[in-house]
Formats: sequence, C-alpha cells, structure tokens
Amino acid sequence: MTSSYLLAGGTLADGRKADVLIGNGVIIEVGESIQNSEASLAQRIDVSGCKVLPGLVDLHTHLREPGREESETVHSGSQAAAKGGFTAVSAMANTFPVADTAGVVEQVYRLGQASGLCDVYPVGAVTQGLAGKQLAELGAMAQSAARVRVFSDDGNCVFDPMVMRRALEYVKQFNGVIAQHAQEPSLTQAAQMNEGIVSSKLGLKGWPAVAEEAIIARDVLLADHVKSRLHICHVTTAGGVEIIRWAKARGINVSAEVTPHHLLLTDEMAQSYNPVFKVNPPLRTQTDVMALREGLADGPIDIVATDHAPHPTEDKECEWEHAAFGMIGLETAFSIVQKTMIDSSMMSWEDLVDRLSSAPARIAGYADHGKKVVAGSSAHLTVINPSLSWRVDRDLVASRSRNTPFHGMELPGKVVATFFRGIPTVLNGKLVEAVTGE
Amino acid sequence: MRHLLSINDLDKTKALSILDTALELARISDAPVKKLPTLRGRTIVNLFFEDSTRTRISFEAAAKRLSADVINFSAKGSSVSKGESLKDTAQTLQAMGADAVIIRHSASGAPRWLADSEWIAGSVINAGDGTHEHPTQALLDAFTIRKHLGSSTGDLQGLHVAIVGDILHSRVARSNALLLSMLGAQVTLVAPPTLLPVGVDSWPVKVSYDFDSVLPHVDAVMMLRVQQERMQDFFFPTAREYSHFFGLNRDRMSLMKKSAIIMHPGPMNRGLEITAECADSARSVIVEQVANGVSVRMAVLYLLLAGATQEQGVLQ
Repeated sequence: MTSSYLLAGGTLADGRKADVLIGNGVIIEVGESIQNSEASLAQRIDVSGCKVLPGLVDLHTHLREPGREESETVHSGSQAAAKGGFTAVSAMANTFPVADTAGVVEQVYRLGQASGLCDVYPVGAVTQGLAGKQLAELGAMAQSAARVRVFSDDGNCVFDPMVMRRALEYVKQFNGVIAQHAQEPSLTQAAQMNEGIVSSKLGLKGWPAVAEEAIIARDVLLADHVKSRLHICHVTTAGGVEIIRWAKARGINVSAEVTPHHLLLTDEMAQSYNPVFKVNPPLRTQTDVMALREGLADGPIDIVATDHAPHPTEDKECEWEHAAFGMIGLETAFSIVQKTMIDSSMMSWEDLVDRLSSAPARIAGYADHGKKVVAGSSAHLTVINPSLSWRVDRDLVASRSRNTPFHGMELPGKVVATFFRGIPTVLNGKLVEAVTGE
Repeated sequence: MRHLLSINDLDKTKALSILDTALELARISDAPVKKLPTLRGRTIVNLFFEDSTRTRISFEAAAKRLSADVINFSAKGSSVSKGESLKDTAQTLQAMGADAVIIRHSASGAPRWLADSEWIAGSVINAGDGTHEHPTQALLDAFTIRKHLGSSTGDLQGLHVAIVGDILHSRVARSNALLLSMLGAQVTLVAPPTLLPVGVDSWPVKVSYDFDSVLPHVDAVMMLRVQQERMQDFFFPTAREYSHFFGLNRDRMSLMKKSAIIMHPGPMNRGLEITAECADSARSVIVEQVANGVSVRMAVLYLLLAGATQEQGVLQ
C-alpha cells in the first residue's frame, strides 16, 4: 500500500502549526516541518491556512437504506458524510424494515463497510417497529457484528414511561444509551411548526415547547432513578437546555445534542410555507436559538448532530401540511457550526472538535474515532479551510436528496479534505473517485 | 398587486379601494342586466380542494358578471389522498391558460405556495386556506360593516367589532382581525382560552373571555361557526356549556346597542353559536353579507385582472 500522506503546513485545533504524516491507516507523526525518509516518500498535500482536525462524528443520521433508497442509500449518505468532513455516522433505525433486529443492523453495518467512506454505526430501535409498546431485542443487536450501543426510536418518542424506564435499565448490561426523541405525542398531534406568534398567524397547528420539555424532564428523572445513561436527541428549546443544565448539576448521566439547523434557523422561515423548513422537532424562536448556542458553548448540550433527513422532491414540493419532516445536513453541518459558534467567538476550535468529534464518539462508544491528532491515532482526519466561504447549491449535493434549507446561502469554512483510515475520501473539496466508485 | 393571499398583501389604501370599487360594482347587481364586459375572454378557475358551495358560487357569480369564462375544478379531499399533487393540478390549469386561480384548500398556506411556485403564471386568489386566512370574506365583512355603520371618511375608525367563537381554527377570524384593525376598528376576540391561539397577544386585537361584558360596547358582533366535534378534543366540555357562555341568544342580544348588527360568515349552527331568533332578527345582516360577497369578489377580480392599468375610473 502506497497510501502515506504528509499534510504539510496546517494548524491543529489548539492553534499549533504542525505537519501530520499518515500511513497504513494511522497517524505516524505530528510535528513541525517533518522531514524524514517516510515523509519524503509520502504524497505531500499542502494544507497551509487549514485546520487539521479529527474526523467528525455524527450521532444522528438517516441513511434510509433499507427501504427508502430513492432518498438515500448507505453509500450516497456516506459520500455526503465524507464531503461534510465526517468519518463516522450513526444510521437511525427508522428504515423499512425497521432496524430492530440483529439482521437489519448487521445489514446496515456491512453496507457501510462495503462503501468504505466512513464508519456507519447502526442505531438500534428501542421498541419493536418503533411502536413504543415492546422492547426490541436490544441484547441481540448489541451482540451482533454491528455492536450496537445507541438505541433510539427517533422519529417517534418512547412515550410510555414504563417502557422508557425498562429500556434505560436494560441497556446498562452492555453500557448502552437510550437516545430519546423528546416529543409528548398527545401534545403534538398533527402539529406542524413551533407553537407561538408565527404559528398563530400562519394557521399551522402548533407544536408547543412543553411537548419536548416535559419528556426531557421525565426522562432525566427516570435516568436518575435507575442510574442509567440517557441521551436527548435534537434539543430545540431554551427550556430543554435549562432542564438538562439542572440534571447535569445533579449528576444525572444525561447527554444532549443540537442540530446545525436549530442553531441557525427560526420559525420565521415558515412564513414562506416552503416545506423545506418543515422539520421534526420544529424550528423555534430566536430566543431558543440563542439558548441553544449558549448551551452548546457552556455545557448542557454536549454535541452537534446533523439529523440528516433526506426526502425525495415530491415529499417536499407540496402543501406544508402534507410534506415530510426533515432536512439534509451532513454537507453543511461543519460550516453552520463555524458560522454560529466560531465566527461569533462563542467557541474555540478545540471546543468545536469536542462537540463534533470527541464527545459524540465518547457518548456512542466509537473507540476508534474522536481521538486527538497525535501519533498512534487512527488516521480519521478532516482538513478545513476556515477562511474559504462557499455557496450552498442543492443541485451539487452528494446526498441523493436536495432538501437543504440552506440552498443559496453563503457559508464560511470549507471541508478541503477528509481522510478515513488514512485514505482520502475527499481531496480539494471533492469526493475522491477511486474510493467512491462502488 | 398580482395575488390576494392574505390581508397582509393589502394596505389601507388598497383595501379601501377594493371596498370603493365594490360599492360601484354593487350597482351593477341592482341593474336589470347584471353584466359588465370587463373580463371578456379571460379564464378564471375555481380550484376547490374543499367543499364550499357558497364561496364557490359567489366567486362564480362575480366572475360571470364581469364576463369572464369560469371553469370549476373540484378536487375534493386533499391532493395527496386524490393522488395528484398540487403541482400537477397547477400545471394542468396553466396549460389551459388560466388567467386567475381561485383556490380553496384545507392546508394552510397552499395558495401562497402555489403563488410562489413557477407552476402558474396567473393571479392566485385565496378563497380560504386551512386555518390561515380567508381575505375576501374579511373584505365582504368590512364592506357590510361600512355600509351599515361606516363613517364618511370611508374607514372604520371608532367602530368596535367583536369576533366570537372558535378563533383558533378560524381563517375568517384571522383575516378579519387584520383587516378591520387596519381600517381603524377596534377588534375584540371573545372565546374560551382553549379556542384562542397561543401567540394571539401579538395580534392587533383585544381578547376577552366574558361575552356579556363585551356586548354592550360593540357595533357589530361576528359569530363564528363552532364545530360540534371540537369537544372531542377537549376545547370545551359540551355544546350546551359552549352555548351557555359563548352563544348569541335573545338575552344577550338585549345587551347590544340599538344600532349594533349581527354577522355570521355561514354556514350557521343554529342553536349552538347563534339562536334562530338572533340569526333572523332585524339586526342580522347575515343574508346581506352573501350579496355583498359577490360585489367584493367582483372588485377583487377586477382590480387584480383589469386594474393594473386602470386603477381609477372603475366603470369607465
């Protein structure tokens, strides 16, 4: 294998200038102006002006395979992930069939390995068919080749408190975590958007913040009671941030994520009735957006997760009430975080690496990911040029679907290169054909 | 102005110009030959995804009195359940050369979505979308109020209108709250808290839960249709209790000013939100609202389709 690369002239997250030499899938050496025989044989890539960061890790991705391959496949989703700087993604369970058995999670895992652009770790369903009634075979999924540790009925809330309690208890035997989609269903029947001033004007059925907050409050108390591990998916409300802050202060083992779109967009976007802005949980108010940014910067919210949710055109090119919920996000996630958190001076680059790589890897138990850029780590790397801006074009996405709410927006920070196990999946901002030709 | 999707598409001047135009056009309706050649050769489509015979025939009469060709396209149920998308329907109408599409839809925002799409080139008129707006209903209500109570300056300054009932689900209430307050009237919404939207405090209105305390002060009371089924979603305990607190009956009618009028957009639930005595009383202008609807819709069609070049001198 000739695959050694010298990433020359870049900067690490802590601001140190360093060359990074990688080969045989690992980081061989990190240091200033590396000049040795190995380095001279390596392919040299000039990354001056760029940040060399650990590969990004997404805890919340919808890859749609099996069952909805017209909107995304494991392969096309992996391409989108690579283009967005990700080296590991977590494939949510709401496929057809649902990923609620060892067979389905192994299928998804193997499709990811075959695609070879990033690690695809399946998330197992908590309940059979995501129906919230009976536990799925969590142990069998944990023991399978996919080694599932994160379980979620995402798309649905595990609404029955007894089912949630049992799930939290049960996964302790293999150090699993329940990722809850916090949405009290009876408060959100047929709900369309955040309930507030904008929904009152638009006549779209409101989705109250309390529907999310009530479940977060209930579940942190349950997690405390049974001493298990809880993860809250896509927090969207200022109240949710406060409850998690309170729970953490009490020592409850809870982690939480925010999506890039909830860090940037508000319910005002619904004024257009353009369903590209229809998402579950819904876009909230500017107050919520600011609380989420603060929560991400100072602790209650641990990570950014994309909730990448591809949908075919016809499911978004219709009346708002009939449209599907969801937005794609893998290819824009990094730029949104730079825009909202770095360029606003709310977070450092080290914070960004924590929220987008090390913390998600730690929560999900992806031992090979989220490691510091030091000799000996697996060579999962993302090279970012923070001073390049780019315009989002839905016709140029790697995803099979075009439902990005950021179309036409100018965003800062470009993923220049991504390395997965030491192999470039993206170079010069473009997918590398050799690895992508499945 | 190309479309009429929301009262927010209007300003006070435009709204008054529609009302003034409607007043002139109303004279046509009184003439022996109820027809103007203004829109001859133009094609207007009534695209109704939801049943509403009264609104549809009102628009149809309005268009025909202006000599337009009218096509009624009734697509009952949602486009989704029907299997054809709004896009396909719109492109079909475009291919047939529709100059204006009057759309009624159960989904809020469908007219906006249609107007902003590139699927059709003509005007889009909102004939009621979900729980969003029903701008021509508000215009005909304003027209009716002005005719009975209006001041000589033409707006509704100094008048007080109560809108009573299921505000939460009412497109009529949304459009009226915006339009009547734009025209200078004070609007008070009267409803149980369950039937008021969260966020109503941002509307240009007052809110009351006490119908009896509001009634003596209003010049017009607009009763909204309340669906019996609402009690299944806990909006109120029983129809009887609803009527008791928020229905208009003989006792309540006696609290009203002598000059005050009773309105209802129809269809009425006699015995629920309004008793027969009130609906049929001398104060009731409910039937007149229907007649005024035709004039106002003629004015809207006229101003959208022919008005661009002849803003003044409507009948010349």
